Amino acid sequence: MENDVIHIDVSKTMFTANGTVTLAVSTTIRSGELVALFGPSGAGKTTLLRILAGLVTPDRGTVKVGQTVWFDSGNGINLAPQKRNLSLMFQDYALFPNMTVEQNIRFAQPENDRKYTEELLTVFELNEFRNRRPNGLSGGQKQRVALARALARKPGLLLLDEPLSALDAGMRITLQDEIVRAHRLSGATTLLVSHDLNEVFRLVSHVLCIENGRILREGNPSDVFSDRSISGKVQITGQIACIEKQDTVNIVTVISNGNQIIRVIAFDSDIENLSVGDQVIVFTKAFNPIISKIA
Amino acid sequence: MYFNMDSSFVQTLWITFKLATFTTLILFVAGLPVSYWLAHSRFRLKPVVEALISMPIVLPPSVIGYYMLVVYSPRNWLGNWLGQAFDIRLAFTFEGILIASVIFGLPFMIQPLHSGLRQLPDSLREASYTLGKSKSLTFFRVLLPNIKPSIITAIALTFAHCIGEFGIVLMVGGNMPGETRVASVAIYDEMQALNFDVANRYAIILFMVSLVLLTTIYSVNRKFDTWKMM
Repeated sequence: MENDVIHIDVSKTMFTANGTVTLAVSTTIRSGELVALFGPSGAGKTTLLRILAGLVTPDRGTVKVGQTVWFDSGNGINLAPQKRNLSLMFQDYALFPNMTVEQNIRFAQPENDRKYTEELLTVFELNEFRNRRPNGLSGGQKQRVALARALARKPGLLLLDEPLSALDAGMRITLQDEIVRAHRLSGATTLLVSHDLNEVFRLVSHVLCIENGRILREGNPSDVFSDRSISGKVQITGQIACIEKQDTVNIVTVISNGNQIIRVIAFDSDIENLSVGDQVIVFTKAFNPIISKIA
Repeated sequence: MYFNMDSSFVQTLWITFKLATFTTLILFVAGLPVSYWLAHSRFRLKPVVEALISMPIVLPPSVIGYYMLVVYSPRNWLGNWLGQAFDIRLAFTFEGILIASVIFGLPFMIQPLHSGLRQLPDSLREASYTLGKSKSLTFFRVLLPNIKPSIITAIALTFAHCIGEFGIVLMVGGNMPGETRVASVAIYDEMQALNFDVANRYAIILFMVSLVLLTTIYSVNRKFDTWKMM
């Protein structure tokens, strides 16, 4: 199994809804790690994943996995997707509608490996659906089939493109565990695209924050996302849903990553650089959180 | 006398269905790679290719028939070369009308296949590639099985259209019994000879065959309508 450090140093001009953005990424991903690519849509997360998979050709740069060069614009090397030892799980799962669950998994194997097929069907609790076709499955079941299929070829690199975005909150939690399980089972270096902070915190040990095509910060999620200058005890991260002006103050509504609605009072000076859609931290200083028992 | 007419009736129908079957077979084999190319190529002159393929839909058969005859003529290089090198004569022969009807049937085969392939999400193809599967394996195991309704439509439409073809066969093939005389031409011929009875028999058969084929297309498409991709 090819399972080596990945060196990425690529640039690519992307044409997005907000005009052209240059993706310029240079990073190293350690072997066997579970890493998240985090950032707003249009930042270049999916493009980076597709570059690794060989589905998008960068304008210039190199992609090296261990000693194997996957892409090198200088030397004209560009391995076809088929020659790269990876699996990509698509956002829409891309299950083959003409095949049953079991056939989808077996199709992905380079050689027929009945034992491993059975293992995957069991681990992902797909035994009772094995003869069903994908269009007869729920979103969560499809996601499990897609994960099982991605593991079936025993890839050295597992790429997951917003695997949970199509699911409701409850289902997400369950399936986050499936991803961790998939990562452990395969031992593959795993790259997960996400714009859900909760997911990032729960799943990964390393996160790359991408914005406008560049990696702004990277590291451990709690280091990357918590502002250490705040001596707060309670910190909730979320996204601004709306800002309303009421008399002399503003009411900022924040939807937390746990889907709670939080209303915060802010003065004009506080909201100067805030706008709807921003990721924010709501925090309190030491004394004012009030604890109360739920009757 | 009666027996004679009957055997020529059977012979004409035989040529009609032989022409339609060969045309459909040739077009299916040729149409698959062309449709795949059309669905995925980024060639800049692709619209020109698409327009050329669709020409038979808008052009009168007599126009294409005329050009085919010009090309087939021994006075031109292709017709001359075929005659000299292989002793092949295309004007007023079965081979001649077969080539003409293949060209004339192109859009009826290619358009359904092309639109079927284009409607498949790209991720299916890409998923198969990233699972290490070659382009041809992906085509036969993933893409084709998922455009079954389009394949059935393309085949039935091409076959039905070929049976109904009149102008181009008449232009290129004439009306030679046992060689190029097909049912649609025979109806016209029998009408002119006031043999309404024979014309009627041809007409009923063509009507029924076309009805059955089109009903097949519509019922297949209805069945697959509920069979959504994702």
